[in-house]
Amino acid sequence: MRSNRARVALALMAVTIPLATAGCSSSSGSSSGAVTITYALWDQTQQAGYQQCANDFEAKNPNIKIKITQAAWNNYWQNLTTEMTAGDAPDVFTDHVAYYPQLVADHQLLDLSSYVSSANIDLSQYQPGLADLWVDQGKRYGLPKDWDTEGLVYNSAMLKAAGVDPSTLDSLTWNPTDGGTFEKLIAELTVDDNGNNGLSPKFDKNHVKVYGFVPTYDDGAQGQNGWGDLAASNGFTFLPSNFSTSYDYNSTALSQTIDWFASLAKKGYAPPYSKSSSLGVQTVLDSGQGAITITGSFDVASYTGATAKQKYDFAELPIGPDGRKTFINDLSDAIWAGTKNPQQAWQWVQYLASPACQDVIASKGVVFPAITEASDKAEKARIAEGQDITPFVKEAEASGGTLTYPISQHEDQINTEVQSQLDSVWLGQSSAAAALSTAQTAVSGYMSQP
Amino acid sequence: MAGTDLSGGAVAVAARQRPWAARGESDARRGRRPARRGDGRIAWVFLAPALIGFALFYLYPTIRGAYFSFTDYDLLSSPHSVGFANYTALWHDPLYWNALRVTLQYVVINIVSQTVLALALAWLMFRLTRSVLVRVLLLVPWLVPNVAVGLLWLWLLDANLGLVNHLITAVGGSSQGFFTTPSLAMPTIAMINTWQYTGYTALLFYAGMLQIPGNLYESARLDGAGELRTFTRITLPLLRPILALVLVVSLIGSFQIFDTISITPTHGGPINATRAVYYYIYELAFTQFRMGYACAVAMTLVLILGLLTFVQMRLLRASRSDLS
Repeated sequence: MRSNRARVALALMAVTIPLATAGCSSSSGSSSGAVTITYALWDQTQQAGYQQCANDFEAKNPNIKIKITQAAWNNYWQNLTTEMTAGDAPDVFTDHVAYYPQLVADHQLLDLSSYVSSANIDLSQYQPGLADLWVDQGKRYGLPKDWDTEGLVYNSAMLKAAGVDPSTLDSLTWNPTDGGTFEKLIAELTVDDNGNNGLSPKFDKNHVKVYGFVPTYDDGAQGQNGWGDLAASNGFTFLPSNFSTSYDYNSTALSQTIDWFASLAKKGYAPPYSKSSSLGVQTVLDSGQGAITITGSFDVASYTGATAKQKYDFAELPIGPDGRKTFINDLSDAIWAGTKNPQQAWQWVQYLASPACQDVIASKGVVFPAITEASDKAEKARIAEGQDITPFVKEAEASGGTLTYPISQHEDQINTEVQSQLDSVWLGQSSAAAALSTAQTAVSGYMSQP
Repeated sequence: MAGTDLSGGAVAVAARQRPWAARGESDARRGRRPARRGDGRIAWVFLAPALIGFALFYLYPTIRGAYFSFTDYDLLSSPHSVGFANYTALWHDPLYWNALRVTLQYVVINIVSQTVLALALAWLMFRLTRSVLVRVLLLVPWLVPNVAVGLLWLWLLDANLGLVNHLITAVGGSSQGFFTTPSLAMPTIAMINTWQYTGYTALLFYAGMLQIPGNLYESARLDGAGELRTFTRITLPLLRPILALVLVVSLIGSFQIFDTISITPTHGGPINATRAVYYYIYELAFTQFRMGYACAVAMTLVLILGLLTFVQMRLLRASRSDLS
């Protein structure tokens, strides 16, 4: 009796275990004819929009199911690369210009050139300059998805209390020597415990209640949310061209900018690095301890959404010696080279890059879709909600006003090294010129590796 | 990596060997060899799950890792042999030596503070209360996932918004960047983990103290020994096997510090002050795709841990108790 039962149990297990494991291999399920394409993204605020796209897409393509997975930016790349190693990565995923060259070098991305040409996709429908970012040695690894620029975000009430007219913010000037009118404004918005602002001779820099500027100190090797934009407006370029190996971290234009950036804390206008919050810039602004920071349009939603604890508005970046410069960054959707269903994955990518889906994304007003027309719709959607985000759009449209992410190999090592060296500047242990020269030596070393 | 269970298991096996061996001898003397052979077979059956698990999840990966450490494996394409290149690169890698240095700093602070506090707590419990509630409360921090503990302290210790700094400034001190000051970052992380594991370690010591026969304490009291003298002359020496086991296991665990570091926003910074060796291995393997090099670093760690364990076991005579 007992052994019979045991045998039955064994037989059951023999049947169910393979079944259960078969259930784990998600992306194939071809027996019923329907194929499941997994799609990974990192931005939680965009998931609703893309779910809408997926529903519309499934209605038009009953044989394809879309399964969306979301992981926060901090874990996204580690998850993705680990999944690739395990041979179980999502068929389609949101890609970043800084990360894709490594994936190309490791043969993880599908070349989309032939798909794009046979589908006759009009690359001129996208924001100028974006489509070219995804071409490496004549092969295309993505179609533009959305773009973002950088701008100032400020606490409207603090500006009002200081008697500053918000319309003057779009004509602020900056230089690395005395900081221009931008530094003057920052000083004006800095308030010590006795109520003196940073311009007052009685200002006590050791007891500051509100900092005029809250810098992003952990900004990797590009400084997208601060020093990178300012350095560019001071005439600095990271790389002569994409996929070049000659980084220029030794540049004086850059070291001047870094020194100025570090000087704000010494003057008491910004929290020093050693006492900066580990919880992010926005948390400090939300707590009322900061007035201005530089942020990307991708964060507009969190500054204006229901969780924001202050009233914020946006302005263009200050005009530097070399004009006004902002990072413009683009994301794309990539197809994993290991996908079992490249054709269906391509159909989904094509849909994501089409006006049909980008209009849906535009209506949600979270990001600027890459298609110019959809982007205009997104701007209107935001303004209709009472958020004036025109500064970000004006910057993107200004001729010569944008720079793209430096695209090269060894991005991760460069990030770690430059960040470490900048830490020593923020902590006052090293001058910018010395730290950046050390960084440049290390970076040149990485670039000489295969 | 595999060092953990190898040595942990060795302690357990060493502890169990004696009773088995003793029974085997006496059985043999009585001429009951068949029964003994039956025991042996059963023993293998019971050992099998552990042995298979060990071979599959520790031994095999360790051998693979050793092999990869001589290749340029990048996780995604097939490995090519590069001889000792990874090991010579490691010798010249300042980040590797830095990783060892900060890991050692962490281990010393963590192990010393945790062991001393746990011994004190265990002694207090042993002397004052047998309350189950107290024991359960001590275990609570240990039951919270590491990442949750890390996040909790991240908020509490934040330089701008944290409660701890609020209290420090309220009593007239100046606020501290616990995670952003290079000299404070690693001690802070070490103390967070001490906070989490002290209760658990204390319970292990407490269990050890319960095994010490009560008559020893009675005679000590009759001889007029005070609290401190009783502790140093009776409790501590008789606790030695437990102390050794806990030290070996927690030392190895301590070398593997990873999760608290990985959730701090400085990611190994500031200026590499918290880039401990496990975190460095992880970065090399999974963000820089230098699996071959990462394996070489891991292999040196296995060597270091093996050596440390061996020395500790010898010094503390872990498998011998003064009770028998």
